[in-house]
Amino acid sequence: MNPFRLGQNSWTALSGLAKSPWMVAIWPWLFIAVFFLTPFLFVIKISLSEAAFAQPPYLDVVRSVSDGLVEIKLNFGSYLLLFDDSLYLSAIWNSVKTALISTALCILIGYPLAYSIASSPAHWRVPLIMFVMLPFWTSFLIRVYAWMGILKTNGLLNNVLMGLGIVDAPLEIMHTQAAVYIGIVYSYLPFFVLPLYATLVRLDHTLLEAAADLGAGPLTQFFTVTLPQSVPGLMAGAMLVFIPVMGEFVIPDLLGGPDTLMIGKVMWTEFFSNKDWPVASALALVLLTLLILPFVLLRYFERRSELEDPNEAV
Amino acid sequence: METPLIEVRGLRKNFDDVTALSNIDLSIKEGEFFSLLGSSGCGKSTLLRILAGFEQPTEGRVFIQGKDVTELPPYERPLNMMFQSYALFPHLSVFNNVAYGLKRDRIAKAEINERVEEICQLMQISKLMNRKPHQLSGGQRQRVALARALVKRAKILLLDEPLGALDKKLREDMQFELVNLQEMLKMTFVVVTHDQEEAMTMSSRVALLNDGLIEQVDTPRRLYEYPATRYAASFVGLSNLFEARVVSHDDDLVTLWCDALDAELSVRHAQPLVPDMVVTVLVRPEKVSITAPDAQADNSVVGVIENIAYLGDVSIYYCNLPNGQSVKFTQANVQPAAELPLDWGQKVRLGWRAENCNVLVA
Repeated sequence: MNPFRLGQNSWTALSGLAKSPWMVAIWPWLFIAVFFLTPFLFVIKISLSEAAFAQPPYLDVVRSVSDGLVEIKLNFGSYLLLFDDSLYLSAIWNSVKTALISTALCILIGYPLAYSIASSPAHWRVPLIMFVMLPFWTSFLIRVYAWMGILKTNGLLNNVLMGLGIVDAPLEIMHTQAAVYIGIVYSYLPFFVLPLYATLVRLDHTLLEAAADLGAGPLTQFFTVTLPQSVPGLMAGAMLVFIPVMGEFVIPDLLGGPDTLMIGKVMWTEFFSNKDWPVASALALVLLTLLILPFVLLRYFERRSELEDPNEAV
Repeated sequence: METPLIEVRGLRKNFDDVTALSNIDLSIKEGEFFSLLGSSGCGKSTLLRILAGFEQPTEGRVFIQGKDVTELPPYERPLNMMFQSYALFPHLSVFNNVAYGLKRDRIAKAEINERVEEICQLMQISKLMNRKPHQLSGGQRQRVALARALVKRAKILLLDEPLGALDKKLREDMQFELVNLQEMLKMTFVVVTHDQEEAMTMSSRVALLNDGLIEQVDTPRRLYEYPATRYAASFVGLSNLFEARVVSHDDDLVTLWCDALDAELSVRHAQPLVPDMVVTVLVRPEKVSITAPDAQADNSVVGVIENIAYLGDVSIYYCNLPNGQSVKFTQANVQPAAELPLDWGQKVRLGWRAENCNVLVA
């Protein structure tokens, strides 16, 4: 028998299997199980263990004491510490605040950007979107370092401003919260612009004509048609900014000052400096809960309003 | 003379180097049901969009009630439009879709509610007020779009292929509903359509467009019976068109020689024609009848039935003459169902009267 033919046959069998609905549904679940659920369970386990001078630096939750005797010791101390020490709460609060303000800034800067790209002539859109994504072709770290060069006391920005006579003394931007915002907005803006652009570019233009025909001027058209229609893209973009900024570590570390306390940085300290894996894990879980909770609530209220729709029953 | 409600003068529209419309002059009177008829790409939609203000004409002016509105943006024009795609706002309920235009006019809330309810009752969509457009059927969406365009009580309603997306049965019902609505609300409707039957059924007057030019503006009856051009004759209804040479013109009776039919034709035509002029003779298929071999007829030809299209109420017969020329004629199927009146291959003598055909010069 021709071995090549055999290969072909087994391929057909495989692809037939992959095409069955059962196999299609298994892939996302398998991915989640392997790359999210399993590590997640590990993190839960570590967060409930006790820190120790050991390798790894914690005592396992499940230990076999003697033949047939297994001891399970759950330590909630790390969680208690998080709510006891104001350091953690203020780090969480600072992260939420930074993420909210950064997202708001991205919306303010990114919406007009996405809107103008989406409404430019069709042959301009692809190059313009390319320009928005172009910074991705350089390493993230290098771009943040470049901002240090721009923002520092005798950096590019201050030299230009002083050279033009706009300011007399150099601005103290580096190592402040402002520098953190600049770095975050610069780095995350493309993540906001892309999904929003995708939504705006698909917007049915005749809806605007219908609005105009019914007496809406350009501004009213925007606020009553374009903006509500772009909410899905806007939300997707805002999530893509808000979630990673919550746990952002590099930017506040490099551009921020001693007073920029964010959860990512605290986690890093706990993990690498204090070698307190349980507290770091507990912190990670609190952060995750904090991020998931709004989604769950949103879904819940969406479902409820769908169920309450009086016309569903008609 | 009273001022026309809508007047278009010397209009031309170019898209880059393509001319979409040229030499458009139109006047539409108040209370008319006016159709812009033509095949796709003839410029009828562009003309409607210029009336609505979505396109700027390259040349020419548009007047509404004697006022030049050419430069006016759509949101300041005293008219409303129903879009081919309906263009309902997907994020708004039926109520808010209909109320949209009234809210832009800053009308009091109580009056908005009252007027929306009134128009929705008229359009029989009162039960759908809280639904979103995606929860509606095609016919319901059309009613909502119509209600939204009517609620502002503008004098003029522009409709872009209003029945295009509906199935045949619903379309026929809606044709009469639109006419009734237009008469009841005493509005002026300007409808774009590619469907000649639709235009004929609904309109008080039809403008036939071809390749960016107006071929003819007339009542449906005159458009069919007295088409001005060959294109008009062939676009509206079935037609037999023959090229013929004028032999003589006597009072209003023209005698012509037709090579294609290999026969002499006589046609009633009032305008004087010069002998030897080449013109087109139009004979509508329903005006052609089967005559006895010895019967007197103004025009007659002999041929063999080559094809029959049975449409139920009527049948279209394609009759081939010895020289290969085909003549169409129709007959109402009024005889008992079991009897086949005419059969393939049957030899027939066809005749038609001099006043039942037209001479087309253009």
